[in-house]
Amino acid sequence: MSIEIESINKQFGSFTALGDVSLSIPSGELVALLGPSGSGKTTLLRIIAGLESPDSGRILFNGEDTTESHVRERKVGFVFQHYALFKHMTVFDNVVFGLTVRPKETRPSKGEIRDKVTELLRLVQLEGMAKRYPAQLSGGQRQRIALARALAVEPQVLLLDEPFGALDAQVRTELRRWLRRLHDEIHVTSVFVTHDQEEALEVADRIVVMNKGRIEQAGTPDQVYEHPANPFVLNFLGNVNLFHGRIQSAGEGQPEADNSVSYVRSHDVEIDRSQHDSSSLKAEVKHIQKLGPSVRITLSINDSESFVEAELTRDVFQNLDLQQGEQVYVRPRQVRVFAEDYQI
Amino acid sequence: MKLFTKHHNVLPGFGPTMGYTLLYLSLVVLIPLSALVFKTAGLSWNEFLEAVAAPRVLASYKVTFGAALAAAGINAVFGVLVAWVLVRYPFPGRRLVDALVDLPFALPTAVAGITLATVYSPNGWVGKILEPRGIKVAFTPLGIIVAMTFIGLPFVVRTVQPVIEELDAEIEEAAACLGANRWQTFRRVLFPLLTPSVLTGFALAFARGVGEYGSIIFIAGNMPMVSEITPLLILTKLEQYDYQGATAIATVMLVASFIMLLVINLLQKWSRRYAE
Amino acid sequence: MSAPTRTLTAHANGNHRITEPAPVRWVLTTVALVFLALFLALPLAAVFSQAFEKGFGTYLLALKEPDTLAAVKLTLITAAVAVPLNLVFGVMASWAIAKFSFPGKNLLITLIDLPFSVSPIISGLIYVLIFGRQGWLGPFLEAHDIKILFAVPGILLATIFVTFPFIARELIPLMESQGRDEEEAAMVLGASGLQTFFRITLPNIKWGIIYGVILCNARAMGEFGAVSVVSGHIRGITNTVPLQVEILYNEYNYTAAFAVASLLAFLALITLAVKSVAEWNVRENMEP
Ligand SMILES: Nc1ncnc2c1ncn2[C@@H]1O[C@H](COP(=O)(O)OP(=O)(O)OP(=O)(O)O)[C@@H](O)[C@H]1O
Ligand SMILES: [Mg+2]
Repeated sequence: MSIEIESINKQFGSFTALGDVSLSIPSGELVALLGPSGSGKTTLLRIIAGLESPDSGRILFNGEDTTESHVRERKVGFVFQHYALFKHMTVFDNVVFGLTVRPKETRPSKGEIRDKVTELLRLVQLEGMAKRYPAQLSGGQRQRIALARALAVEPQVLLLDEPFGALDAQVRTELRRWLRRLHDEIHVTSVFVTHDQEEALEVADRIVVMNKGRIEQAGTPDQVYEHPANPFVLNFLGNVNLFHGRIQSAGEGQPEADNSVSYVRSHDVEIDRSQHDSSSLKAEVKHIQKLGPSVRITLSINDSESFVEAELTRDVFQNLDLQQGEQVYVRPRQVRVFAEDYQI
Repeated sequence: MKLFTKHHNVLPGFGPTMGYTLLYLSLVVLIPLSALVFKTAGLSWNEFLEAVAAPRVLASYKVTFGAALAAAGINAVFGVLVAWVLVRYPFPGRRLVDALVDLPFALPTAVAGITLATVYSPNGWVGKILEPRGIKVAFTPLGIIVAMTFIGLPFVVRTVQPVIEELDAEIEEAAACLGANRWQTFRRVLFPLLTPSVLTGFALAFARGVGEYGSIIFIAGNMPMVSEITPLLILTKLEQYDYQGATAIATVMLVASFIMLLVINLLQKWSRRYAE
Repeated sequence: MSAPTRTLTAHANGNHRITEPAPVRWVLTTVALVFLALFLALPLAAVFSQAFEKGFGTYLLALKEPDTLAAVKLTLITAAVAVPLNLVFGVMASWAIAKFSFPGKNLLITLIDLPFSVSPIISGLIYVLIFGRQGWLGPFLEAHDIKILFAVPGILLATIFVTFPFIARELIPLMESQGRDEEEAAMVLGASGLQTFFRITLPNIKWGIIYGVILCNARAMGEFGAVSVVSGHIRGITNTVPLQVEILYNEYNYTAAFAVASLLAFLALITLAVKSVAEWNVRENMEP
């Protein structure tokens, strides 16, 4: 089922949580809503679900206006950030809840329900946990039960609010890969909220970058990463250095405007012992920070106030054998230029 | 007392404060209460039975416990309703009404007693309306229920209200997303979460009703066998210098309170059973 | 406190979709308010209406009656003795219970709560059993001509008993929720035990104390059952205000009874007001 979001506005008092947001999500896609805290991701997701109503604008499911329809009728699966499991019910009762509240005519038989739970628990890899209470599960297990419960009603749309937000790094990585595989298996149109760029880049078919209640860019992970529409997107998807005024990247021509700002991702900064060409800048190594597989170097550009951060792989770092206080040359590999007036 | 402190606790004063606590507790509560126990222990089994199972006494149990049960039932229903409305539905003057709920805690029982008796007497504000319809409240067992409802109300409201406040909005939203209507959500998701607190409030209101004296005697009519509550009967025996009878009945009441205390404690434990 | 305010704002904005339909809300609110009006507001209004029935002059006259003034005095004395004693106990007990762990803690808390679950009549009765003519100490007291029962000391004892748990049960959970961190930090910084208590603990439990004291005071001034067992109802000497109300009422002197009762009702209203403020502040001080 496809989702059309048409110029949605939402105010909380005088505060604009969403300002004229439009987006279309093709059927079967896994879309990530990515943005900093308070950017309106949850609000947008809740409006899609029908948990919140927009001040203006429309939500269409498969071309049909659902803006006015009740959350009960929308057939969405919603996975809450803190799971919202019913703690007085067993895993089994939680999962079947959506089926048992149906009117008698459409309610599946007891046998069908049991089969369904078995199948779902297998899908979320929690067979044999049916009799437990939520309090007896780990965070990751609760998260998967919340997902199974949402899937039990066979939703046409699956909405997940920071589904992995409350989990530790390792479980997070595991679960997000699992979510990707699950989605490949069942292909339900899915939207998930995250403020973790890595998660979005790894899992999503498409990424929607939000900021201050607006959509900054929507596109495939490659598009938003390789061709960020503006400095915000660039900055949000990786560490960047910014240079006021002219700067040249290797092989490229001079940027046109003087009052432009150049952005260089830290792993696009090259460090050399010798001057390469005119784009090289003389700098001093100020600080070396080893971060697992990579090394972050802070340098100060000579004759200027500005600092640059470079990220090298360990190999490169070891080959260069950099020392603190050493004079080197830095050279941006790839520069992105945006007009000065853009504010991050 | 040093024996009990955990060695790593650096805070001072456990010995003196605990010593004072135990001393004061013993002087004010334990020793006086034990007087009752010893006095009862001095009775023979037959004397005891005669005192606690006389027809008039049995009738007073029936009146007291029956009315307390009815009042606690009324409070369980309306207390939950009041708590729900106070938490969920904003209306003008909500904070004032919220504060008013504690009135039975704050209003001396004698004042409550004479006031309820006046309001519900045949020519009182409410009695005037009920009397022509054949409903007699004051000076009947119904009056006892009214008084017990009055004093028990805050117990239910104040135990249920914080639980409703703490209900996670997401739980209800999850139920709605899964297709449950409001009534299904309340019955299957919210009510089970509220049940322990409702039962606790019910038990507290019941226990309070059983022991209550001041607010009841003015409205009850105090007719032996019909509308005489057990606490009043104890007092009557005392005034007739029947110390044995008074003590024996008081012991029965005390045992009943202990059982209720136990039940309430178990209920409170039960209410935490789903906690992580 | 975050949860309720959140629901409130959501409702106030009217954007909280998951609630009952408006007519249901309206009906439930009405039923609840009618119930409260019938059981709480109406009796409260009746007190004042009856008290002022025969005009302000009669009202004042009823209050100026010497027996009534004596009752007011006795009630004030009773509260002035019972409340401080139970306050000291409450602070001591909550310090020992909340800041230390020891076996039998739950039993101790239950014992402290005991007077709450005892009928007021029994609370009075136990003092009759101890100090009465047939009681434990009866013969001794009689021999030395010491009057406890049917005299002021008996009233004080019974009042202390019934108001015993009020302050302790307020402070124990409050102090428990606050943990030991701040006190330990103070000790590490070199504060003495008393300094720690007065400069760290006390400010944190200030509102809890006010809350407990106001409730304790209301009960001390308003206690009826227990006091009526031990008082002996000697006019002008062993009658507290609630007992005076009873006597006037039983003499069919309704206006005077309600006039005196209105004093207690005023006290109740002040209690509710202070309690609401204190409650608000206690919630602020409670660590979630
Ligand atoms: N019920 C509400 N009342 C008032 N303001 C609200 C309400 N809900 C959200 N907001 C505001 O709207 C803005 C967007 O909130 P939203 O929850 O959508 O952010 P988010 O992108 O999900 O952030 P996070 O990553 O922290 O979850 C925030 O500034 C928030 O304070
Ligand atoms: Mg959010």
